[in-house]
Amino acid sequence: MKRKGNWFKGMGLAVSVSLALVGCGSNNENNSASSSAPASSAPASSSAASEGGTVKVGILHSLSGTMSISEVTVKNSELMAIDEINAAGGVLGKQIEPVIEDGASDWPTFAEKARKLISEDKAATVFGGWTSASRKAMLPVFEELNGLLWYPVQYEGLESSPNIFYTGATTNQQIVPSVDYLLEQGKKKFFLLGSDYVFPRTANKIIKAQLAAKGGETVAEEYTPLGHTDYTTIIAKIKEAKPDVVYNTLNGDSNVAFFKQLKDAGIAAADLTTLSVSIAEEEVKGIGADFLAGHLVAWNYYQTTDTPENKTFVESFKAKYGADSVTSDPMEAGYTAVYLWKAAVEKAGSFDVDAVKAAAGGIEFNAPEGKVTIDGENQHIYKTVRIGEIQSDGMIKELWNSGSPVKPDPYLKGYDWAGDLSSGS
Amino acid sequence: MEMWISQLFNGLSVSSILLLIALGLAITFGLMGVINMAHGEFIMIGSYTAYLTQNLFKDLLPKGAFDSYFIAAIIASFLVAFVIGYVLEVILIRHLYGRPLDSLLATWGVGLVLQQIARSIFGAPNVAVSSPSWLNGGLELIDGVVFPYKRLFILALVAICLVAMYMYIYRSASGRRMRAVMQNREMAACLGISTRRVDGMTFAIGSGIAGIAGCALTLIGPIGPNIGTYYIVDAFMVVVLGGVGKLVGTVVGALGIGFFNTMFEWWSNASLGKVFVFILIVAFLQWKPKGLFAVRTRQLD
Repeated sequence: MKRKGNWFKGMGLAVSVSLALVGCGSNNENNSASSSAPASSAPASSSAASEGGTVKVGILHSLSGTMSISEVTVKNSELMAIDEINAAGGVLGKQIEPVIEDGASDWPTFAEKARKLISEDKAATVFGGWTSASRKAMLPVFEELNGLLWYPVQYEGLESSPNIFYTGATTNQQIVPSVDYLLEQGKKKFFLLGSDYVFPRTANKIIKAQLAAKGGETVAEEYTPLGHTDYTTIIAKIKEAKPDVVYNTLNGDSNVAFFKQLKDAGIAAADLTTLSVSIAEEEVKGIGADFLAGHLVAWNYYQTTDTPENKTFVESFKAKYGADSVTSDPMEAGYTAVYLWKAAVEKAGSFDVDAVKAAAGGIEFNAPEGKVTIDGENQHIYKTVRIGEIQSDGMIKELWNSGSPVKPDPYLKGYDWAGDLSSGS
Repeated sequence: MEMWISQLFNGLSVSSILLLIALGLAITFGLMGVINMAHGEFIMIGSYTAYLTQNLFKDLLPKGAFDSYFIAAIIASFLVAFVIGYVLEVILIRHLYGRPLDSLLATWGVGLVLQQIARSIFGAPNVAVSSPSWLNGGLELIDGVVFPYKRLFILALVAICLVAMYMYIYRSASGRRMRAVMQNREMAACLGISTRRVDGMTFAIGSGIAGIAGCALTLIGPIGPNIGTYYIVDAFMVVVLGGVGKLVGTVVGALGIGFFNTMFEWWSNASLGKVFVFILIVAFLQWKPKGLFAVRTRQLD
C-alpha cells in the first residue's frame, strides 16, 4: 500500500513535470497552428494595432537560455526608450504598449513568437533578435506577413530584407575598418578565432579576402563550438603560429574561458594584440576587467562616448536599472531603433508598415553614439566606427574613430576585393 | 618538443577538469543509478557560492584576508550544494528510485528551475570572480612551456577529492553502508541499515562534490546561469565510458577523453576534435557496452 502511494506521488510528479515540458513544446505548435489561419488576413488588419489610445509593439528577445546573458539588457534599453516616449506624449498621440515575448535562445521559437506578435497581437512593429540565427529564423515570417522588425546587433552583412531595419553595424561599419586599422598599426599576421556558426564564418571570409588584397596574412583560422570552455589547445596553437594579432569573433560565454586561460598561459595584452567584435561593456563586467585590460574591441558606441545624448542616456539607464549597470553598443542600437521607428511613424503619419518603410529613408536622429541616418535603400543606418581599448575599470577608451558616420554597405559593393563574397552566399 | 610537453600537460589538465565535473555524477548516477540531469546545476550552485563568498570577503574583511577567500569558497560550495542536494533527494529523488526515465525528466525539470532561480537572483549576465593572487601566473619549466598555477591547483584539488572519496567509500563504515545499500537494498535494510538516510547522504555528497567542481571552474571558465549545460554532457560521457559504478573507471574515462580530445583538437580543430572523440566513444561502447570497468554482478538486469 505504501509502495503504491509512493508510486502515485512519484508518478504524479513525473507527469506534471513532463506535462510542463510538453506544455512548452506544444505551446509553440498551438501558436503556429492557430496563427496560420488568420495569417493571410493579417496584413489587411495591421492598422488594428493603432485602435484606441495605445499602439502595441513587440519586444522579442531571449529572456532565458544561453543568449539571455546579452539580450536581456537590450530588452531593458528598448523598454526605457518606450517609457521615455510615452512620458513625452507617445507616438501620434498614442501610448506605446510593449508586448514582451521570450525567444528562449531557440531559433524556431523566435519564428513562432514573431508570428504570434504580428498575427495575434497585431503589433505595429517588433524590436528583437540578437544572433544571426534568430534573425534568419524570423526573416521569412516578417516577409510573409509583411511585418516590421528592428534588429539591434552588429552582424555579418550580406543581407537586406525589405521588412527588417538593421540598427547595428554591418561589416563595413565594424569589421572592415577594424582590419584596416590593425594593418595600419603594422599588424600583418592574423590569427582568426571564432565560434562555429554563421557570423564568425562569414566575417572571417570577408577578413581573409581583405587581408589577401591588402598585404596581410591569415596564419590560422580556428572555430570552437558555442559554449566551448577549454582553450588550452587553441592557445598552444596561437603560441606556435606567432601571429601579430588574434581577431576574435567568439560569442557568448566562450570569451570568458578564452581570456581567463590566455592570461593564465602568461600572455598579456602587451605581448599579443587581440581585437574582439562581440565584447562590450556588459561582457567585460562578466569576464572581469582584470583579464581584459589592454585588449582591443571594435564597435560604434561605448559608454564613454562623448555626446550630450549619451550623457543623458547613461544617466537615465543607471537611474532605472541601478548604478552598477553599464550601457553597451547593442543596447544603444536597440534604444535608437525605438526612436527611429517613432520618427518614421510620425513622418508617415500612420502605423502602416508600408507607409513607415516608405517614410523611413533619410530620417536622422541624434543617438547616444552621435548622428545616425537611415539609408532608405538597404534599411541599415549610417554609423560612426570606433576602435577602443578596454581599461582596468571595465570601461572602454576610444583609440580611433572614423570621424563621420559611415554609409552602410551590407554587400560590400564599394570594395573591389569583396567582389566574390556577395555572390557566394 | 616544447609543444609536446605543453600538449601533454594540457591533456592532463583537461582530464582533471573532466574528472572533477564527473566525480559527483559518478556517485549520483554511477552508484545510485539516478540519471541526474540537474548535475550541471549543482556545478552552477558551486560557482555562485564562490562568487558570493568572494563578495563577502571583499565587503566584510580587511584587504589582506581576500586572498584566502578561495579556500573558504571551496568549503562553502561543498556545504551549500550538499544541503540543496539533500533537500532535493528528500522531496523528489527519493520517490523516483528504479524509474530511470522519470528521474531523467524530473531532474531535467529541476535543472531548468534552478537555472531560472539563478537568473532571477543574480541576473542573466555572467558574473566575475577574480582569482586569488597566489593563483595568478604559472610555473615556467623550460622556455615557452608554462604550467599555470590554476591548472596545477585544480590537479591537486582533484587528487584530494579522489583520495577523500576513495577513503570514504572503501575505507569507512558509512562508505561500507553506502555500498551495501547500492548493491543490495533489501538485504542491507534487513541488516538494520537505514537505507533512507544512506540514500540522502549519498546523493548529498555527490551534489557537494559537484559544488566543489563549480567553485574550481570559476578559475578558468564563465560563471552564469547556463554553465551547467556546458559540462553535463562531458560529465555523463566520462561516467558512461568509464563504466557505471566504478570510481577507477571514471578516472580512466576522464584521462582517455581528456588526452584524446586534446590530441585530436591539436591535429584538426575544436569542433572536429569533439566529433572524433564521440566517434571513438560510440565505437568503444559498441564493443564494450558496460564501459571500461564493468561491475561484475549476478543480477539479471
